[in-house]
Amino acid sequence: MLQAYASPLERTWFYAHRVIAGLILLFLILPILVIVPLSFNSDSFLMYPMAGASLRWYEEIIGSDVWRNALLNSLIVSPAATLLAVVLGTLASIGLVRSDFPGKALLTAILISPMVVPVVIVGVAMYLFFAPLGLAGSYTGLILAHAALGVPFVITTVTATLQGFDYNLVRAAASLGANPVLTFFRVTLPLVAPGIVSGGLFAFATSFDEVVVTLFLASPGQATLPRQMFAGIRENISPAIAAVATILIVLSTLMLLTLEWLRQRAEKLRTGKSR
Amino acid sequence: MTATTLTAPAAAAPPAERTLPLKTRLQRAERRKKLLHLALIAPLAVFLLLTFLWPIGALLKRSVDNPEVVGGLPATAAALAHWNGQGLPPASALAIFVKEMEGARGSTELASAAKRLNTEMTGYRSLIMKTARSLPLPDGSNLQEGLAAIDPRWSETRTWQVMARAGQPYTSYYLLAALDHAVDADGAIVAATEDQAIYLDVLGRTFWMSLVVTLCCLVLGFPLAYLLTSLPTRSSNLLMILVLLPFWTSILVRVASWIVLLQSGGLVNQALQALGLIDEPLQLVFNRLGVYIAMTHILLPFMILPLYSVMKGISPIYLRAAQSLGCPPFQSFWKVYFPQTLPGVFAGSLLVFILSMGYYITPALLGGPQEQMASYFIAFYTNETINWGMAAALSTVLLGATLLLYVVYSRYAGQGRNATKAR
Repeated sequence: MLQAYASPLERTWFYAHRVIAGLILLFLILPILVIVPLSFNSDSFLMYPMAGASLRWYEEIIGSDVWRNALLNSLIVSPAATLLAVVLGTLASIGLVRSDFPGKALLTAILISPMVVPVVIVGVAMYLFFAPLGLAGSYTGLILAHAALGVPFVITTVTATLQGFDYNLVRAAASLGANPVLTFFRVTLPLVAPGIVSGGLFAFATSFDEVVVTLFLASPGQATLPRQMFAGIRENISPAIAAVATILIVLSTLMLLTLEWLRQRAEKLRTGKSR
Repeated sequence: MTATTLTAPAAAAPPAERTLPLKTRLQRAERRKKLLHLALIAPLAVFLLLTFLWPIGALLKRSVDNPEVVGGLPATAAALAHWNGQGLPPASALAIFVKEMEGARGSTELASAAKRLNTEMTGYRSLIMKTARSLPLPDGSNLQEGLAAIDPRWSETRTWQVMARAGQPYTSYYLLAALDHAVDADGAIVAATEDQAIYLDVLGRTFWMSLVVTLCCLVLGFPLAYLLTSLPTRSSNLLMILVLLPFWTSILVRVASWIVLLQSGGLVNQALQALGLIDEPLQLVFNRLGVYIAMTHILLPFMILPLYSVMKGISPIYLRAAQSLGCPPFQSFWKVYFPQTLPGVFAGSLLVFILSMGYYITPALLGGPQEQMASYFIAFYTNETINWGMAAALSTVLLGATLLLYVVYSRYAGQGRNATKAR
């Protein structure tokens, strides 16, 4: 990258840029690295240097009804919301990509608007609307809300995948006698599956990290993991929070790696095809 | 799906259809295809309409709703709607008012009407309660004099004007209040008094803090995105993980980490003290600085990803051409490379700005009272004081600003968005 004929000033700038970028990367990653060791602290302070290593905080959260209940709630709400968002979002994406009608751009903008509307407004609006219907403080209300927030991510990823999809394959399947439903499940779905899975991961992450709408909609017994963390940070920030944080970091790392693997696989398939 | 509708008729269509001209059959097939696609979109559209658009529409409507007086004193409100606002209302309207007050005494509807009237004119609540207690008037007495005997304010035109205005089904009260304005007794729009004027300050703060965060993200994001573009794919992919990992990590995890890092005995203060830069620990968190640091950290990936995708598409040939024509490196970067990155700069900045305007969690956990943005007040009016009109009006203002920017964003920066989400 640095040419052999670069002037001293250019050389200085080249290295300065790398140092600056390195510091910015440190800024990005430091908060994530710093909290992991503290979850193994034998002391009850969230501070370095650590007194010693222990698993007592993990034992505490595993033994705590509050945290177990929060995890259970998250595991009820997030998968259900993801499933709903993926099914509705995928069907709509197929319709959107393949059709052309006046107002399509506007409709698309409306369908992905839950992504940009300030989430407090969504929370208040859903609370005031759901409460008279008996949906506030219910799992159904929470699942519907989280699904609405996850839908935009499914639409953006699945439409992007479908745009690169070769429809001659569908025609080929039909000419060989497959009916539309069979074609969808045997041809279309396997090819766009990576896009659907990434959209689903985004929707899951959105729901799994959602706290504001949950603050408004959930009853005290329905506190999800992030809702419980919110309360924990606000009231008494202890290494137990660091332990939950570490578990969540491991989970997000797994999701990120899955996504990267899908992306690389898709890239390989695409380049393989062009050869 | 298309294929079947295009090929099937020739082979399998019933005889009646086969006799139709090809053009008609094609049109039919096209129409069927269109309907099928609309049918695929419909479930999601209905779902979002019911769970998202309708609730938000209902919330926005609450910012102009004025149900209290109409609910508490419906006949009076209807009678006063016909009054011209001069002098005192006609005796017929007064009679309706007195009768309705007698009937509504002690009801919760009357109490909420009185509370609402009190927001328009201080002292109105006690006036209503006192009057309700003092009724009925002695038999055969003049209504006007009888009311004036209970309280002289009933003989003032202003008292009745306020009730007539508060008795309308819709009001601009909350929206004007959200912009620090009010309608005075004469019906003119005036600026709110200094002790009540807080919302423009809150909105200004929301804008200012979002702007600062956007600029911080741009200053940090640009050099990093540029480096990621210039590195070979293998190392840039590896470094990209360092950008994406925070992006995928829960916001609450990051907020907790920043509290740990920035507290008075935290690593940052320890490092600064070890370097001899400071003697006493600095207050880095639970103030504006802490909110800026954490929000910049949370939103930085939203800046880097659009910048990166635009920069990736810029051919290095232009820069080389400029340099080979004798343009000095810095000038060629500034005049040739930088203008080509502007779509990414624009997309990233708008995205970060839009997202930070709606922030609630980070300021709530990391800031003091002076760092709370518009979202905090919407939540406050919903949960603490149960003033839904005010919560709705602030939502309307915030949503209006957000959607305006979103329209600009989707018109000029669509490319950047798709690139961000495709990752």
